[in-house]
Amino acid sequence: MLAEFLQYLFTGITIGATYALIALGFTLIYNASHVINFAQGEFLMIGGMATVSLTAMGVPMAVAVVLAVILAGVLGIALQRLAIAPAKQADVVTLIIITIGASIFIRGIAQLVWGKQYHVMQNFSTSEPIQVFGAVLNSQSLWVLGVGAVMVVALVLFFTKTLIGKAILATSMNKDAARLVGIRTQMVLMLAFMVSALLGSVAGIVVAPITFTSYDIGIILGLKGFVAAAIGGLGSGVGAVVGGLALGIVEAMTAGYISSDYKDAVAFSMILLVLFFMPRGLFGAKIVERV
Amino acid sequence: MLNRFMQSRLRGLMVLALILIIIPAFLSNPFHYELATQIAIIGATVVGLNLLVGFAGQISLGHAGFFGLGAYFTGIATGTYGWPSVPALLVGAIVVGIIAWVVGRPILRLKGHYLSMATLAVGFIIAIILNNERAITGGPDGMPVPAFEVFGWELSSFGTYSLFGLEISGVQAWYMFASGVLLLAVWFALNLIESPIGRALRSVHGSEVAASVVGVDTAKYKSLVFVISAIYASLMGGLYAHFQGFITPAVASFEFSILFITMVVLGGMGSTFGVILGAVVLKLLPQVLADFQELETVMFGLILMLTMIFMPKGLLPTLTAAVSKRLRKKTGGKA
Repeated sequence: MLAEFLQYLFTGITIGATYALIALGFTLIYNASHVINFAQGEFLMIGGMATVSLTAMGVPMAVAVVLAVILAGVLGIALQRLAIAPAKQADVVTLIIITIGASIFIRGIAQLVWGKQYHVMQNFSTSEPIQVFGAVLNSQSLWVLGVGAVMVVALVLFFTKTLIGKAILATSMNKDAARLVGIRTQMVLMLAFMVSALLGSVAGIVVAPITFTSYDIGIILGLKGFVAAAIGGLGSGVGAVVGGLALGIVEAMTAGYISSDYKDAVAFSMILLVLFFMPRGLFGAKIVERV
Repeated sequence: MLNRFMQSRLRGLMVLALILIIIPAFLSNPFHYELATQIAIIGATVVGLNLLVGFAGQISLGHAGFFGLGAYFTGIATGTYGWPSVPALLVGAIVVGIIAWVVGRPILRLKGHYLSMATLAVGFIIAIILNNERAITGGPDGMPVPAFEVFGWELSSFGTYSLFGLEISGVQAWYMFASGVLLLAVWFALNLIESPIGRALRSVHGSEVAASVVGVDTAKYKSLVFVISAIYASLMGGLYAHFQGFITPAVASFEFSILFITMVVLGGMGSTFGVILGAVVLKLLPQVLADFQELETVMFGLILMLTMIFMPKGLLPTLTAAVSKRLRKKTGGKA
């Protein structure tokens, strides 16, 4: 009974932590530019796939991870520079379609380079499962949680202690005012996309040994991250983390106790329920519309 | 001049009818007719979606859900319960309309990305139900749908029919039928846009606050157009099911929803003829790109991105603007 519950909880928290990292990436870009980046999931895919193929070529794991993260970061900058920045006067929907086009493009390239099959990544440490009160815990789950926590703390420090982080925050609050005090907002936008890509790729790498990886995993993971960000309230960092964990746990519990066929339906019903009662998510800002 | 010509309701409709009549001259085999028929049906769907997106300014990322519901309602009512086609289509449209109204009221209070999230969720939930209720829907394997029939007369893509003494194949007959439906869908949309309802919707798009200040019941009009666009999707989904003869939950999928909204944005939001062009381009592009084989996906993504970056207003509005600018230059600014 307890073992069963713990089992589902571990699964939920692990996948929830991944969702939280994706949601944080969404939040970052949303705050800086008010764009919902539907290519967010592709950063995860790039992280996982690049690491797998680099290690297969004999590159040591640590180096492969760093290279994969850098690759994703470059991709994030390219996305902002080449696709988002030139279309600055475009409608919200038009920007959504541009990011969807970008994600199809990236997926197409990944399919060319890595093929359509699933790729397996070894656990970072032992592949021996850990026993906790009768429940089985994959050692990789600890990596996911640990890395996730480190990323969140690093982000908080980045935004509160560094000048660049504060510049991003200032830009998200008021772009014109930020420019007036001398912040180069174009630079800030690029940085936001880069950091978001870094977050995504790290999430993609740590979760790859659990979920496997293939050229098309980005679609569904990206969507779940969007759901998590919307549950928490777009633009809220705390919301992204809470939303991600809540989504992961609810999904795992539904799959375990009710029906695994309907686990995604529960996730999507959850977002509807939250939005019915709290139209700006759990932690979303109460924005007064300026007329 | 061109602009005024395109804006005139009847003339636009006549041009579309003319194009639909000329097209068969370029169609040489049944596969072409099949593609043309699909484009007409999907074109009519996005004309309905455009009322919501282009005119009322509300985003829906889950419209395939309504399309799929309509398709499955028709398939189940005619296939499993032996209903005639027309009542199945109409009752399906009413049911979907009611569902859209019930979920639309709370959803449409949401703005921007929250609205896209909520519509996406509704679409996903419908697709998941269609996938999992195997006893009724056949699950992921799909289900067969009988041919379209009215009072014992069947319209099947495999049949042969005679028209004014000419013998035509089933797909040709379907093409004509679908063309008629598309014209009807466009005619209704154009009339709606020019009606007081259409003006109210455009005022909502312009500024919801200003619209409500001058006394437009914005919530009512937004729900109304949401329901109308869902009914469009449901009717067309039902016809699509009849035409294909076989449906799978893919008709309600997120990918299909994205395809619909992309057709609207690519063709030109708010331009009824533009979104039809969007449907034509996005249905034909994969056929053209198939020659590139593994590069197909890359090319598709690239074209989509570039078009939206350089023509953010969409294909038809950008093209007509360019052409009328040309004309004005030629005639020395008199046009």
